[in-house]
Amino acid sequence: MEQSFLTTKISEIVAWGRKYSLWPMPFGTACCAIEFMGTVSNMFDISRFGAELVRFSPRQSDLLLVLGTINYKQAAILKKIYQQMAEPRYVIAVGACATCGGFYDNYAVLQGIDEVIPVDVYVPGCPPRPEQILLAIVKLQEKLEAEAKGKQAKDQLRAKAQILDSARHSEFKGTFVPGSQTTSGEKH
Amino acid sequence: MELNALSEQFKEAILQATVRGGQGVVECQVAKLHEILQFCHQSPVYQIDVLLDVVGVDYLGKAPRFALVYLLYSTNLKHRMRIKVWVDEKDKVPTASDIWHSADWAEREVYDMFGIHFDKHPNLKRILLFEGFEGHPLRKDYPVNRRQPIPEIEEKL
Ligand code: SF4
Repeated sequence: MEQSFLTTKISEIVAWGRKYSLWPMPFGTACCAIEFMGTVSNMFDISRFGAELVRFSPRQSDLLLVLGTINYKQAAILKKIYQQMAEPRYVIAVGACATCGGFYDNYAVLQGIDEVIPVDVYVPGCPPRPEQILLAIVKLQEKLEAEAKGKQAKDQLRAKAQILDSARHSEFKGTFVPGSQTTSGEKH
Repeated sequence: MELNALSEQFKEAILQATVRGGQGVVECQVAKLHEILQFCHQSPVYQIDVLLDVVGVDYLGKAPRFALVYLLYSTNLKHRMRIKVWVDEKDKVPTASDIWHSADWAEREVYDMFGIHFDKHPNLKRILLFEGFEGHPLRKDYPVNRRQPIPEIEEKL
C-alpha cells in the first residue's frame, strides 16, 4: 500500500477525468436525434463511454451533439447555444445534414454547422449508426488526451476559430469518423 | 355541385368553369377575383365558409407568369371549389383576408415564396423566411445553390 503511487501531469489527469465524464447536450432537430435516442438507451448504452448524463441545458454540458438538419433560422439559435456553453466545450456534428447540409441543397438549409460554430468530430451517414456516434465519442476522447499531451496546440486553434462569423475556416479541421463496419445490434 | 349561378353572375369574367370529380374548377380574371370570392362566400348556393389555402404556381416563360389557386370548402354543403387566376409580378391581387381570416397567413406565404403582392392586406411581410432574406425561393429562376446571409439573434435585454 505504501508503495503504490503514480506520477502524472496535472493537465493529463484533468484530461483523463474529462474524457470519461463528458456531459452531452443533444441539439436534435431531425431524424438523427432518433439515432441518438438509440445510442443512449440500453442496446448501445452510451454510458459505457462515460457520456450518459444528458443535459438539456447548455450551461451544464460540455459536449454539444448537433443531430439533424440545421436551417438558416436555426443557425442563429445553435450559435447562441454554443456561446452559452462554458469552456472547455466540444462539438460533434452527427449526420450528413449537420456536417454538410446533406441532401438539402436548397435555400433554407445551412450547408454544414461549421459555418457558424467550430466542430471537433464529424460523423457521416444518413442517419449514422449508433456505433458511429459512439466512435465519434471515442475519437473525441482521443483528441482530448492528445490535447493534454500537447500534440496539438489546440487551444490556440480554438482561440482563433472562436465563433466564426464568416466562411468555413481552414485551420480548425475536425476528425472524420469513417463509416462503422460493426453490425452489432442487428440480431437481438 | 354546379357552377351555373356563378357563371350567370359573372359571365365573361369567368374564363372557364367545369366540375371535376365533384369539385368546382373555376378560372377567372383577376379584376373580378374579389367579387367572385365574396359571392362564393355569401351566396346560399355555395356557402363557402372555409378558405383552405392559397397556392402560388410559377409558370416561368408564360405570360402572365404566375397562377394563384384558392382552395375553398363549404362545411355545410360539404363541397369544394378551386378558383384559379393568372397574375403577373406587378399585378396587385386583391386580398381575401377580409372575407376569410385564414387568407392572411396563406397570402403572406405566397408573398414570401413567390413575391406576389396582395392589395389591402393588413400585414404583408415574410412569414416563413427570416428578415433580410433576398428574393423569393419558390420562383423557378431562383438559383438552387444561392445562399443567404446567416441571420443573427437580436439580444433583447
Ligand atoms: S442526416 Fe439524414 S437522418 Fe440525419 S437529420 Fe439529415 S436527413 Fe435526417
